[in-house]
Amino acid sequence: MSKVKTKKTVKPNFVSTTNACKLCTPLGASLAFRGIEGAIPFLHGSQGCATYMRRYIISHFREPVDIASSALGEKNAIYGGGPNLKKGMLNVMKKYEPAVIGVATTCLTETIGDDVPMNLKEFKSEFGDLDLPDLVEVSTPSYSGTHIDGWHGAVRSVMEQLCVSKAEDTGRVNILPNMVSCEDVRHLHDICRDFDIEGTILPDISETLDGPALEDYVKIPSGGTPVSEIKEMSGARGTIEFGRCLPPQTGGTSLEKTFGVKNHRIGLPIGLRESDRFFETMEDISGNPMPKRYELERGRLIDAYVDGHKYVFGKRAVVYGEEDLVTGLCAFLSEIGVDVVLAGSGARKRGMEDAIAAVTDGVARMAPEVREGVDFYDISEEAESLRPDLLIGHSKGYRYAKAWNIPLIRVGFPIHDRFGGQRVLHLGYKGALNLFDTIVNAVIEKKQADSSIGYGYI
Amino acid sequence: MSKTTILEERKDQIHRSGEGAIDIACNRESLAGAVSQRACVFCGSRVVLYPISDALHLVHGPIGCAVYTLDIRGALSSGPELHRLSFSTDLQETDVIFGGEKKLEAALDELIDRHSPKAAFVYSTCIVGIIGDDLEAVCRKMTEKKGIPVLPVMSEGFKGSKRAGYLAACKAMFRLIGTLPTEGISPLSINIFGDFNIAGEIWIIREYFEKMGVQVVANVTGDGRVADIGKCHGAALNLVQCSGATLDLAKMMEEEYGIPYERVSYLGIEDMADSLYKVADFFSDIDPGIVERTQKLVKEELEVLMPELARYRKDLEGKKVAMYVGGSFKAFSLVKAFRHLGMECVMVGSQTGTAEDYAELEQITDPGTVIIDDANPLELSHFIKEKDVDVFVGGVKERPIAFKLGVGFCDHNHERKEALEGFVGMLNFAREIHSSAMSPVWQFVPRRANRIAAEKKEAVNE
Ligand code: SF4
Ligand code: SF4
Repeated sequence: MSKVKTKKTVKPNFVSTTNACKLCTPLGASLAFRGIEGAIPFLHGSQGCATYMRRYIISHFREPVDIASSALGEKNAIYGGGPNLKKGMLNVMKKYEPAVIGVATTCLTETIGDDVPMNLKEFKSEFGDLDLPDLVEVSTPSYSGTHIDGWHGAVRSVMEQLCVSKAEDTGRVNILPNMVSCEDVRHLHDICRDFDIEGTILPDISETLDGPALEDYVKIPSGGTPVSEIKEMSGARGTIEFGRCLPPQTGGTSLEKTFGVKNHRIGLPIGLRESDRFFETMEDISGNPMPKRYELERGRLIDAYVDGHKYVFGKRAVVYGEEDLVTGLCAFLSEIGVDVVLAGSGARKRGMEDAIAAVTDGVARMAPEVREGVDFYDISEEAESLRPDLLIGHSKGYRYAKAWNIPLIRVGFPIHDRFGGQRVLHLGYKGALNLFDTIVNAVIEKKQADSSIGYGYI
Repeated sequence: MSKTTILEERKDQIHRSGEGAIDIACNRESLAGAVSQRACVFCGSRVVLYPISDALHLVHGPIGCAVYTLDIRGALSSGPELHRLSFSTDLQETDVIFGGEKKLEAALDELIDRHSPKAAFVYSTCIVGIIGDDLEAVCRKMTEKKGIPVLPVMSEGFKGSKRAGYLAACKAMFRLIGTLPTEGISPLSINIFGDFNIAGEIWIIREYFEKMGVQVVANVTGDGRVADIGKCHGAALNLVQCSGATLDLAKMMEEEYGIPYERVSYLGIEDMADSLYKVADFFSDIDPGIVERTQKLVKEELEVLMPELARYRKDLEGKKVAMYVGGSFKAFSLVKAFRHLGMECVMVGSQTGTAEDYAELEQITDPGTVIIDDANPLELSHFIKEKDVDVFVGGVKERPIAFKLGVGFCDHNHERKEALEGFVGMLNFAREIHSSAMSPVWQFVPRRANRIAAEKKEAVNE
């Protein structure tokens, strides 16, 4: 099949944003910090940001999400927030007894120019006699990036600030999974175990953001990547980081640069071929062949693809959300014969167009319109003429799906209008199978709903 | 009480009813690092103005502040839906360095042309306060250019709590009032302040007033319209629900236009009925029949409601409830509403209560009730456990705290999708509390399961 040509982005973006298709940077950082064992996220800024983000995250995960704030008031905004930051950290230490405090800046503290690294250094020397937690800081102004930049920034900060010396060979594999679901992380753990290799997944939100019912309210939920493991990531056999639209510098690259741990950057393993890449990489690093179980899963996936192909072939999809999630979904959709007519992300300059061209090459029948820096107004403007059959992305697309009377396939974050967003499996053969079933069933359901006859056998 | 749960600095923000004079510290800045449940000034303004459905609401700032308010509220409109879209100038680094005024102007230009709103509210956020954009000037210029009121809302997040945002919102709305003629407004007329038409609640309330023969001039702001607000100074009386949100506006109108106001609540049986009677009394001079009409209305509603309530009460009798709400005025009504269900309030907290509010709470609650200002997750969970609560009432941020502890939860803030006001709302409320408290799932959560197991064991041993 011929190489799919990429189209050049044609339309300029509007000045204003309507119903944004992105979130702000510290939110991503807070989520990532939540995946470190014993860590509490701490936003350096005014109270509102932390509260809004907590509310937003809670609606998706349905878990307590405590994010501390330095709660800056007017005076602090003028004279600098350093004192409040320190006071806030002391209070958090008293009440939460964290092993790690992950400090992320906000637009406010970036703009007033607070020097957080210096503040933390002072804090350490002032309170050195206390049993201090590990402190990690990341700069996350929201006016230059999205929540995904916050996520990757926090992962990189954790990596660089906690893993500071070369560990002995641990024989482990590091996985930097990108912003995926709790279920995805659990699946990655299973895969590592079945490959008979110990994995350090950074961050690991599988338990911290999807915990069990408990006897008591725990201040900091159990689970998360243990700090001791993070400190030893320099001794791993290799790192796999998911994402074809990552910033040039990431946790994976800095680990490679500083400690020579080979970094394997591959796409999010969504769909058959991107999952193949992942399993091959796992074979590479572990030296073990793909376990039987996954061979079967792979075979079952292809079997399902065959069984269901006619329902979905030629359906037109609009896909939106985080750049790497969208890219992975395009890889998957192109395999099952769904034409992605528009792929949109709120992020800018992430090379999504090239990434999508690469992952759909050889299977896609057409190149989608790829749009970075879009909001839902842009998406809906274009989608109107593209006549999609399916909308694929997070909950915030619902009003458009409703208006166009097409199904919304909910993936990624946030899922605010359905249950179990944290348990959606996207990754691996099993994840692809899950997505495939969901999409085929949505198409069937729509067909039934639209039919005047009401076939019970489709 | 475990020492680590309550920070020394916060001790005077917690009080127990009946233990001496109440002197609660409130209206304070949240303590750094305390994981407050509070939002910011911007949030306060946004909550109040959000339901004005034919206005454009443009958030001037980086994307987060706007995106977190994207369609999260259940404020319904009977007409335009413009309020449900979330507009932002989405400031980028260059705007922060060189100033965002140009972008704001261009954004307003674009959006006003696109949506032809009746007015535009422009909210300033923290960063705008820091970079010093002149919102006032931009808005003035755009008002002239576009021929609609373009109103700045000075809501920089760090300039106080949510309460300060209410005032900013009232100031912005006050500029609209008096802009339109008041001909044809009945002498028996009111404005409904402080109701946001969550799940269509204001429609329930308006129907009562219509039955009483009272004209509602403007809803401020649930199902609100710019034109109604423009002429609402023609009404004879303002009804102010909720302590914080629109009281300032009522005061401004009293001063400027001599319109009196009454504070009311539509939650629960007594408060709903009292509110209607207050209005009837107010107009009884010019329409003597109104009192009787109102009595009839209340009687009819109660005849339907009471037998149904009694059924729920049978199950709920003796159960314990805690609440944490935004404004404490709502708490008064809730405490009374729970009495009708036979339930006991053991903790009442609020984000933005005033000293008077807390004093009144101390009056109406049973001895031993914990009263708390600006709580955080650890304190809330502490008291839920200490008081062995059956149902917790709060907002989205409080829900997982209750659920983790295996306690029923009822959503009673701006995001709820059930109408809980009026007599019919009381029934919905009872139903919701009933389904929160009576579900069999609670026997499986560890806290209860362990207790049930222990009780069984004891019974065997005896
Ligand atoms: S100020 Fe920045 S960090 Fe805070 S909510 Fe707004 S965009 Fe997010
Ligand atoms: S930046 Fe300021 S206005 Fe925006 S959410 Fe944060 S505290 Fe509120």
